[in-house]
Amino acid sequence: MTPKPKLEARQLHFFYGTFAALKGINLAVPAGTITAIIGPSGCGKSTLLRVFNRMNEIIPDVHLSGDVLLEGVSIYQDGLASTTLRKRVGMVFQRPNPFPLSIFENVAYGPRIHGLARGDSLRRLVEESLQATHLWDEVKDRLSQSALSLLPEQQQRLCISRLLAVQPEVLLLDEPCSALDPAATQQIEELMRELTARYTLVIVTHNMQQAARVSEFTAYMLLGELAEFGKTAELFTNPRDPRTEEYITGRFG
Amino acid sequence: MLVVILGNIVYVGWGHLSWEFLTQVPRAGMTQGGIYPAIFGTAALVLLMTLAVLPLGVMTAIYLQEYAPQGSRWVPLVRLAVQNLAGVPAIVFGLFGLGFFVSFVGREIDHFLYGGRLVYGQPAILWAALTMALLTLPTVVVTTEEALRAVPQGLREVAYALGATRWQMVHHVVLPQAIGGMLTGGILAVSRGAGEVAPILFTGAAYYLPYLPTHLNDQFMELGYHVYVMTTQSPDVEATKPLLYSTVLVLLLLTFALNFVAVLVRAQFRRRQMR
Repeated sequence: MTPKPKLEARQLHFFYGTFAALKGINLAVPAGTITAIIGPSGCGKSTLLRVFNRMNEIIPDVHLSGDVLLEGVSIYQDGLASTTLRKRVGMVFQRPNPFPLSIFENVAYGPRIHGLARGDSLRRLVEESLQATHLWDEVKDRLSQSALSLLPEQQQRLCISRLLAVQPEVLLLDEPCSALDPAATQQIEELMRELTARYTLVIVTHNMQQAARVSEFTAYMLLGELAEFGKTAELFTNPRDPRTEEYITGRFG
Repeated sequence: MLVVILGNIVYVGWGHLSWEFLTQVPRAGMTQGGIYPAIFGTAALVLLMTLAVLPLGVMTAIYLQEYAPQGSRWVPLVRLAVQNLAGVPAIVFGLFGLGFFVSFVGREIDHFLYGGRLVYGQPAILWAALTMALLTLPTVVVTTEEALRAVPQGLREVAYALGATRWQMVHHVVLPQAIGGMLTGGILAVSRGAGEVAPILFTGAAYYLPYLPTHLNDQFMELGYHVYVMTTQSPDVEATKPLLYSTVLVLLLLTFALNFVAVLVRAQFRRRQMR
């Protein structure tokens, strides 16, 4: 049985100016799982991810029809502040992008702006968040050093820690490993699997092996449409849509 | 060419430069004594100008760059207007200052607050500073906007993605990154202001004052204007020549020093961002 949906897109259309980037997406992301969104470049997978936490709204001249539900409640309803939404639905970006601050300050930033913790409890929260990504042992003696002194892979784990510290429910990851080497990618993938115990993850990736390795569900997008959605094992071994088969067997994309 | 001019000024001006010259008031029709009131007046003018131009310029730039709706038709217009200010001759600013600040704002203040007594409706250091602030406004706006633009878009997105409001994003992420560039702009504006004469000609600079300005509505002496006065208005131009050279030297040293500080500040912040 499919777990109940955490995030749900309903008849979702999205436009940059007059260009339709998403065309009638219906997709239910099950809670407590990793859902991978795959597809060729320009298919709208990153756009879909950004619609899930309204990051699309910082770009001018976009509009949207249809709806996105978070636990059954519309996130595009008037009255829901985008800041509240983004606290619950956080995002990790393609390139590691720590603030040019100390390691501690990076992780403490989210809790500070949301008033989640201060003093000792803030320090505990930072430690927990760094432990959740296994970064704690590597950085505990140099928390006051600049985050930019870390390796790229450590920086990406720091960015995930920074996100975990605001205590979100959903993590949106936009090609989180594309700037990392294979060993670092493996570490991040292991980390993602561990995180499903507490969070719902949606990952955009252009790497099909990665989608096959980490995700339970996969959505295949093509030209702004959702071509196929299903359990990863089934989608990769027995795709229903011939276009999916062509893509995953490497005939295009 | 530059070397010849500067060399001449330094060579001739150095001789008369002394502690007394820097700390005494002019005497005997400016053929003796020092230039202390002019140095003090310049410093006071520049300070007041900075207090006026920095908040206005920085807020304008932050609005244009971070708050104004993108794709708005007004933003390019405002930007164009600000940049055109930079092309207006300084003397026009002086006339505007006389017409607007002195004759209009000042007179109205006198009319309403002082029952028509002449207090602010005359040339004063306040009006000179505000006129100078308008002149230097484009420098501050343009350099601040450049500094804001240089902040990576990715950092803005991260702040938003963590649930920051726009102001939190600007305040915590953008401004700390841009502060170096903004300071540089501020200092460049100050050094430009310290060297200009035309805007203060009608708005507050005095030919000769044996005392220092203590109120906003006092007139004041200023280095650049003092140079002009000694060259053209002195009863004995030949006798003022040594002092003139030294005054020009002081003025040059002051503006060079400010520009040098701007370069240092910029280098300092660039280094800090690298780490």
